[in-house]
Amino acid sequence: MPVFEAVRLALRTIRTQKLKSFFSLVGVLIGVTFLIAVVSIVQGMNRYMVDRFANTLVGANTFEVRQRPSINMGHTTHEMWMEWLRRPRVSYSDADFVRARINTPATFAKFCEDRVSVHYGGKVAKDVDLIGTEETYFGIRSYQVVAGRAFSAQEVRASVPVLVIGDEVARRLLPGVDPIGKEVRIAGLPYRIIGVVAPQGTLFGLSLDKFVVMPFSAPGRRLICPINILDALIVQTSDPAHMQLAMAEAEAAMRSLRQLKPEQENNFHLQTAEGALGTWDKISRVLFLALPGLVAISLVVGGIVIMNIMLMAVSERTREIGIRKALGARRRDILAQFVVESATLSAAGAVMGIGLGLLLAFVIKALTPLPAAVAPWSVALGVVLGVSVGIVAGVYPASRASRLDPIVALRAE
Amino acid sequence: MSAVIRIHDLTREYRMGSERILALHGVTLEIRRNEYVAIMGPSGSGKSTMMNVLGCLDTPTAGEYWLNGEEVSRLTDDALARVRNREIGFVFQTFNLLPRATALHNVELPLVYAGVRARERRERAATALARVGLAERMDHRPNELSGGQRQRVAIARALVNQPSILLADEPTGNLDSVTSEEIMEVFAALHAAGQTVIMVTHEPDIAARAQRVVVLRDGRVESDRVNREAAA
Repeated sequence: MPVFEAVRLALRTIRTQKLKSFFSLVGVLIGVTFLIAVVSIVQGMNRYMVDRFANTLVGANTFEVRQRPSINMGHTTHEMWMEWLRRPRVSYSDADFVRARINTPATFAKFCEDRVSVHYGGKVAKDVDLIGTEETYFGIRSYQVVAGRAFSAQEVRASVPVLVIGDEVARRLLPGVDPIGKEVRIAGLPYRIIGVVAPQGTLFGLSLDKFVVMPFSAPGRRLICPINILDALIVQTSDPAHMQLAMAEAEAAMRSLRQLKPEQENNFHLQTAEGALGTWDKISRVLFLALPGLVAISLVVGGIVIMNIMLMAVSERTREIGIRKALGARRRDILAQFVVESATLSAAGAVMGIGLGLLLAFVIKALTPLPAAVAPWSVALGVVLGVSVGIVAGVYPASRASRLDPIVALRAE
Repeated sequence: MSAVIRIHDLTREYRMGSERILALHGVTLEIRRNEYVAIMGPSGSGKSTMMNVLGCLDTPTAGEYWLNGEEVSRLTDDALARVRNREIGFVFQTFNLLPRATALHNVELPLVYAGVRARERRERAATALARVGLAERMDHRPNELSGGQRQRVAIARALVNQPSILLADEPTGNLDSVTSEEIMEVFAALHAAGQTVIMVTHEPDIAARAQRVVVLRDGRVESDRVNREAAA
């Protein structure tokens, strides 16, 4: 009997016994749903973490010389935290020293930030990220200034109180107004808006456009950092190899500046996108390690259920088997019939599981800021697993069916 | 006329624990092409065993069985399946149709196992159903058909692969007398058209339709005579 004939027969059997078939494939359905959904979400998270999170917050080929990590997803003990706080902060002179000692081509930006309220007319925008930095910052962050202009090196040197503002600040604080040239106040100090940055989107549902940038030397710098102190020196290089060189140079410079002995640990932190992702890597690796176990358990349970259903089907259809044998079905015809039926049943479960898994992934994507990216390999794997479970689960009942004596089988009720 | 069935000194023995039961004991029988033979006998006479051996569902313990020129008494299960498929058309007392399949699909079944392509299968099954007068009922399931119609479907199924012998086991046992009469007419017509028919029955008036009546008792042939009335 050709395989497609057997598949047709199997589909007809499934159709005529919808409810029973459905229950028998629930195990496989859950296993595959789980596989697809988890892989989609982890993959989505991965892509998101790499593309957006790390590159937005740190940037590609970029590192920051800091007192302590600003992005840290791992577990931080109280001791670690206290040690970080005891470290000296990065000063202007530290930054200049490191900058002078890095011979690798790189772009530098002093960096300081804090949350402030920005006032315009009677309006207030609260919780705005005020960034004090240098003119190079816009290039490092790939900020497109869509209206007005960025500030210049000259304005940084001259400590001019000018602001380049984020898209959301422009829309919320100055709706329907051309913001260029307008004067806003931060902690009572006047600033002139000279530019607006193109929208940057969101990260985990949080706006990336709620910021204002001013020269780090401008009046009001004490609002964000103590005098002569920086949050970070940002260093951007052209490629990963140059970044490694620059990082080594920065580390050497900082250690000599801080007069650290060889056995002493760094009392500063070099933050990179990869470093920030380290913990996420661990999480996703654990998820991917746990996944096969979880999927395997569901599939084994699903396989056992299918095997039992098939054994039941064989005993219910003993007479049918007798009839088929009397009409000329060989052992392998009966074997194929039941194995294919079992595989089709299981594959149907897998297909439903894929559908449900995709649906789940998209629902999560729609309802939460968690992204989801469907991995084609997981869909293929789902189908392969479904069919394999069905075949494995079907072999024993099918071989029992194929060995039935036609005379005995024909007498069965 | 050539013999389609040649049975020589055939024995079928069963073991029930330590006890040996001789269901068939040295049976010798020859059936020629286009004969219409009734095999009779009381229960326990070996009738059912005879039917199973003739139908290649069972193999003899000793002796020879030649079917259409082939020695089939020592074949493997799968080889027997092939012989059943090509040479034998079964008609059972309880019809033995697949309940969830349509009449057409039931009739197609032997062709499925013969490896006939789907389109040809449908055509041949439809022709066979038309031959037993069920052209209009092809898409009905067995539970939508009367007993007589079901048995006609079974006959169509038995004939669809053009077997050497049509083997019927109490074909009217589950039918009322009017319907029985109709079914017996179908068999008579098939015989008239050249089909070899072997009918196992314990009803004398059914056996009376056959040209030849073989009576079994205690696993042996008790009598084998030509039925002059029917032969005429």
